[in-house]
Amino acid sequence: MRDSRKLLSAPFLFWAAMFIIIPLCMVFYYGLTDKTGAFTLNNVLAIASPEHRKAFWEAIKLSVVSTVVCLLLAYPLAMILAGMKGNHDSFIILIFILPMWMNFLLRTLAWQTLLEKNGVINSVLAFLHLPALKIINTPTAIVLGMVYNFLPFMVLPIYNVLVKIDSNLISAAKDLGANGAQTFLRVTLPLSTAGVISGITMVFVPALTTFVISQLLGGSKILLIGNIIEQEFTQTNNWHLGSGLSIVLMLFIILNMVLSVVTDKDGEVNAL
Amino acid sequence: MKKLYISLIFLFLYAPIFTLIVLSFNASKTRAKWGGFTLKWYFSLFENEAILQALWNTLLLAALSALIATVIGLVACIAMQSMKKKTRALILGIANIPMLNAEIVTGISFMLLFISLGVTFGFGTILLAHITFNIPYVILSIQPRMKQLNTSTYEAALDLGANSLQAFFRIVFPDILPGILSGFLMAFTMSLDDFIITHFTKGPGVDTLSTKIYTEVRKGIKPEMYSLSTLIFAAVFILMLLVNYTPRKKEK
Amino acid sequence: MKKSLVLLLCGALTAGMLSGCGSDPAAGNNSGDKAKDEKVYVYNWGEYIEPETLKMFEEETGITVVYDEFETNEIMYPKVEAGASAYDVVCPSDYMIEKMIQNDLLQELDWDKIPNAKKNIGAQYFEQSEGFDPGNKYSVPYCWGTVGILYNKTMVDEPVTSWSILWDEKYADNILMQRSVRDILMIPLKLNGYSANTLNEEELEVAKQALIDQHPLVQAYVIDEVRDKMIGGEAALGVIYSGEAIYTQRENPDLEYVIPEEGSNVWIDSWVIPKNAPSKENAEKFIDFMCRPDIALMNFEYITYSTPNEAARELIEDEEIRNSEIAFPDLSQHPNMEVFNYLGEEGDELYNQIYKEIFSN
Repeated sequence: MRDSRKLLSAPFLFWAAMFIIIPLCMVFYYGLTDKTGAFTLNNVLAIASPEHRKAFWEAIKLSVVSTVVCLLLAYPLAMILAGMKGNHDSFIILIFILPMWMNFLLRTLAWQTLLEKNGVINSVLAFLHLPALKIINTPTAIVLGMVYNFLPFMVLPIYNVLVKIDSNLISAAKDLGANGAQTFLRVTLPLSTAGVISGITMVFVPALTTFVISQLLGGSKILLIGNIIEQEFTQTNNWHLGSGLSIVLMLFIILNMVLSVVTDKDGEVNAL
Repeated sequence: MKKLYISLIFLFLYAPIFTLIVLSFNASKTRAKWGGFTLKWYFSLFENEAILQALWNTLLLAALSALIATVIGLVACIAMQSMKKKTRALILGIANIPMLNAEIVTGISFMLLFISLGVTFGFGTILLAHITFNIPYVILSIQPRMKQLNTSTYEAALDLGANSLQAFFRIVFPDILPGILSGFLMAFTMSLDDFIITHFTKGPGVDTLSTKIYTEVRKGIKPEMYSLSTLIFAAVFILMLLVNYTPRKKEK
Repeated sequence: MKKSLVLLLCGALTAGMLSGCGSDPAAGNNSGDKAKDEKVYVYNWGEYIEPETLKMFEEETGITVVYDEFETNEIMYPKVEAGASAYDVVCPSDYMIEKMIQNDLLQELDWDKIPNAKKNIGAQYFEQSEGFDPGNKYSVPYCWGTVGILYNKTMVDEPVTSWSILWDEKYADNILMQRSVRDILMIPLKLNGYSANTLNEEELEVAKQALIDQHPLVQAYVIDEVRDKMIGGEAALGVIYSGEAIYTQRENPDLEYVIPEEGSNVWIDSWVIPKNAPSKENAEKFIDFMCRPDIALMNFEYITYSTPNEAARELIEDEEIRNSEIAFPDLSQHPNMEVFNYLGEEGDELYNQIYKEIFSN
């Protein structure tokens, strides 16, 4: 019976081989060859050059900050939502996904309209005789854009696991004399690790590779690694370098995922 | 306290949306200037065949790709349950690859693949690409729920004589339904929003809203796009209210 | 039981895929039954044509226009090169046309089939085109313009004549620069009296250093967002294409456009026919139609980029625009105007490297 259940993975495996593995091989082929088709590691090693290193570092910095902010905002929110009475499941999911149905670029442009020097927020502040907000075209604005765009990806997976937690466990912990903080740290948090890790992945990865947000809200004053890769593909037509840098980015993300899987295991052990 | 927190988050999430709605009534063509109140962009929207066709393509694409991705993802999650931890991790890893790549790399690698296969670019190629990048979102939504499943109820059902399909649909399915639903919605949304991958896999004359908007960025967004977004928002919002409140009235 | 479920799912999937692929024979398939209904595949910049003219073309010729848009020359290039979707008519810029010619992607035009081109388009534009299309074999000018400074008169009270104002600390955080490799490097190169197509490393080093020094003063590096930002009074000075200047002035009369005295870039976007065009005949019909004075006029009024079509310019009713220094500058008054040339792969790489270094300090 177990074997036949495994067969269910067949469509996915076929799909993965066709549309994930083969395109990936193409990226590796481009990344590891030069224009003449000869093997080279230069495109991958190019990450060490100062301008690429800086772009990579900036991207890591901003995406880590965004991920942390998302997590801090999302966890309490998910707890509140999960604690709400009644079956609101679909409603809550929808209300967080709804803003995303307005096109990504339009939403980000709207933030530009809000944050600009003569933008909506500053007009309101001026009307109230408050000092103007000066964050457009700064890293703060980029973080804001990332948090805004990726917050739902953090809230939904955490909410999904929180609502599944058996409330008896929480009551049991309380009966056994745990206070609120202890219950949270010993019961709720370990049980929600899977959701938190999903959330972190879903926020960190797109934040790390984005280039549109840094263009529209950061005024392109800082190049992120995503901007560099985009530029290699769309401006310089140097697909080899672009692919080489993507390989580095990919390896970096995989490394992080492996680390998170390790922590995930620990989480499970704790939960048991 | 809780209410305040939720309201602040909502303000944050919806502030740009209200900006877009306000812009849709702006008589001036540029977003930087308020030119007075108008409804003209709503009328010109319905005369703009290109935008309406793009809307249709976008919705069809999102629905089909989300549906197929959900089926593939769900089936893969079920299969993964009975796998060893290592195999499971491997499959999860593969599923996540499209998310790991910068979108532009995924887009270009798809283009290279389709060229080497000799496929004609068009709606079909975009659909294949969208299904692929949707699958990880589905798996990431369903997988955590699956992990929390209590397998003993499922096995109890089997012991009581249910076949595995019955046991699945009676016991497992209701439990993971929210995960499936959120996976489907997320996939639908990702597909709606995607530009880069669509751009590199589309053929001439097939446009989605995103590709239309991105080309418009060069010369400024057409105000019709704001009015369309407002209508979409209103439609989904009303739908949401209906879905949420109809059954409760019955209860009362 | 379980096996049949797997089979069922696989079947459903394949059916879904097939119907997906098969649902667009009209949109994607160029090689099919084209004798039945004539088509022309056009690939142009976003928002770079009056949609009405496409309808008129369809009505007059019975040829259906399949219209597609791109955002930059560089995004367009691999799509045409790969040939995955064959286009009949494409509208790249000067240096990109040169690259396409060098890489043998274009076919020569039959000027007898495009009578309107030579008749209506000014001779000086064909002369300029010689810079990237020697002998005028491959391209028909569609739009052209210059790059200059757009400034807000309420925020800048001195006369703007030189690129050097973009380095004036008075305007810190009030300057918008272009976010494209060639346009941004052109400015310090011209300021120092060098060619905008230079491959001299010392000259490029000077230009790079100038842009690094300027970086703290710049509010943002933008492409077309410059329009909305200047209209909204976000910045005092912005580098912009002349075609945008007319539109922005209309929206905000405080704005003024100048071509700095050190010279600048003059660019041309032209119609070309790729080698793998399904129907050269329809392509030429389309280009000829676009060169008709009334059609060129409609396009000029819609997109506000200068038209090289002299006959169309004669038809412009508003005298102010017809003789506008912005739309139709007398290039003999601006001696140092330069068309961008294709720099070759190594040149491109060098420029791109410098561009990245501007942001890594």
